Amino acid sequence: MSASEALRLPAVAAPVGAPAPDELRRDLRLIADMIAPHSRVLDIGCGDGALLAYLAREKAVDSRGMELSQSGVNACVGHGLSVIQGDADRDLEAYPNGAFDVVVLSQTLQATRQPRRVIETLVRIGKQAIVSFPNFGFWHIRLSLLWRGRMPVSELLSNPWYDTPNIHLCTIRDFVRLCDEIGVRIEKSVTLDRHGRPFSLDPRGGLANLLAEQGVFVLSRGTP
Amino acid sequence: MSSLTATNSQTRPESDWPGHRLVVEEPLRLDCGVDFGPFTIAYQTYGTLNADRSNAVLICHALSGDQYAAEPHPITGHDGWWTTLVRPGGVLDTERYFLICANVLGGCMGTTGPKDINPETGEPWALSFPVITIHDMVRAQKLLVEHLGIDTLFCVIGGSMGAMQVLQWVASYPDSVFAAVPIAGSARHSAQNIAFHEVGRQAIIADPGWCGGRYLSLGRKPARGLAVARMAAHITYLSEAALHRKFGRNLQDRNAVTYGFDADFQVESYLRHQGSTFVDRFDANSYLYITRAMDYFDLAAEHGGSLPAAFAGAKSRFCVISFTSDWLFPTSESRALVHALNAVAANVSFVEVETDKGHDAFLLHEPEFFATLRGFLAGCAEHRGLSWPG
Repeated sequence: MSASEALRLPAVAAPVGAPAPDELRRDLRLIADMIAPHSRVLDIGCGDGALLAYLAREKAVDSRGMELSQSGVNACVGHGLSVIQGDADRDLEAYPNGAFDVVVLSQTLQATRQPRRVIETLVRIGKQAIVSFPNFGFWHIRLSLLWRGRMPVSELLSNPWYDTPNIHLCTIRDFVRLCDEIGVRIEKSVTLDRHGRPFSLDPRGGLANLLAEQGVFVLSRGTP
Repeated sequence: MSSLTATNSQTRPESDWPGHRLVVEEPLRLDCGVDFGPFTIAYQTYGTLNADRSNAVLICHALSGDQYAAEPHPITGHDGWWTTLVRPGGVLDTERYFLICANVLGGCMGTTGPKDINPETGEPWALSFPVITIHDMVRAQKLLVEHLGIDTLFCVIGGSMGAMQVLQWVASYPDSVFAAVPIAGSARHSAQNIAFHEVGRQAIIADPGWCGGRYLSLGRKPARGLAVARMAAHITYLSEAALHRKFGRNLQDRNAVTYGFDADFQVESYLRHQGSTFVDRFDANSYLYITRAMDYFDLAAEHGGSLPAAFAGAKSRFCVISFTSDWLFPTSESRALVHALNAVAANVSFVEVETDKGHDAFLLHEPEFFATLRGFLAGCAEHRGLSWPG
């Protein structure tokens, strides 16, 4: 299963009051705002390179990408972006420690074969890692399973169970616990509601886990 | 100079071949320890060098290629091997870039090789020609590029053995290569590929016409051996799917098998044709020397066994390209290369192009391949500050 196919799907909701088509998707904009100008960034599962192109243009970022689909890679390289055809499970190991200021893994973690290992690698090769993922603890998903008794299908998780790249779904609470277990520091977290609007709740609290459709986390290598 | 006088039975005398000649008087120290020279580099150029000398592209040819990338071959009359890319408005646009392609050292199209006359004996070099390496080929190319007054090549590009030269360029002259495009290549020749080359060489050597390599002096030619070598190699350039699509089990000009050893099948006839036409334009000893150079290629070995170390000083922007059905230089080789480049945090793009045409895909019209390359070069041109009117 692909790490980045998730991104080629209409993964993130076009929320009410969606940005104009030529603007950056709202969750990507949120990530872009967390990245300092002139930094060196690797975007894993970069799709058609929208975030990379934005960062290069607006923040003079030295941006690199990784994407599984040939169409995505070609679109990126065809626009002068430096992108490698590859996936998070297989192609990150070779990078040296601290190779990037920021490593971005947006809406892709749930499609990796070894998410724990991937997170460990992200904070090894990046001074910071920004990870966003759909929250399986979101109330809508819980209700869907509880009342309908069927695997949830939402705008973020739009594939039926038998045809989905999303093989390692987790809740925000699961994610926080994994970070604690493997000694990864959560520097910052933002939760987004179903319209893609950020709201501030402690990610360790039950309410965030219930109300957030997705979470965006800034991680770094903890001090053991 | 030496090589100009050495002609064999070709239809058009070598002295009439188009292109340029550079005679290098100063001996070149080769990997085998020999100081070789003087020698000739035969090369061809397309397009115009700009005032800044910043738009030069070096094209590195493959095992059986030559400097005639974008014009009819002087012996066969066929289109140049990369005419699909190198043309006005093409991906390697002759109206924008100054494109250089040189026959490799040890070759048989004008650059000094084993068929040329050894000035000390007055006889063709044959097996007294020193064994050359990919590194030696690149050393010679560097001399040519310097002769042309170019400090930094905008791009060094090549497929197969050409990709090996690209990688050697980056490893040896990291400051002289702005963009590097190794296509369908590898940082080392695999055991399987060495094995195939050995089959080809043994076919040549087993031909009575080879005469210990001295066939030119004796008026002989190991045509059968060279043809068989080419036939075996040609299979490795294709894929099962491509062979099946092209020929299937179709019979050649007959309705039934003949219960004999004629070319009953179209695929046999095709291979025989490939073999016999190759003999007209290629020298058997050159085939031995150039395949050997590929076999010896192992970039990591030159750097203490570490491939990343080979690229430690690399400043180039890389575009690594492989093809899904290429089993001679499979994607895994390109991926290993990409991982080594990642290990030194080099600026790399990597695309695996979906095609059933096998290794030869790099010579063919592959729209995705072309689109990727065009975009990559455009991005590099922008970073390099190259611009063109219109």
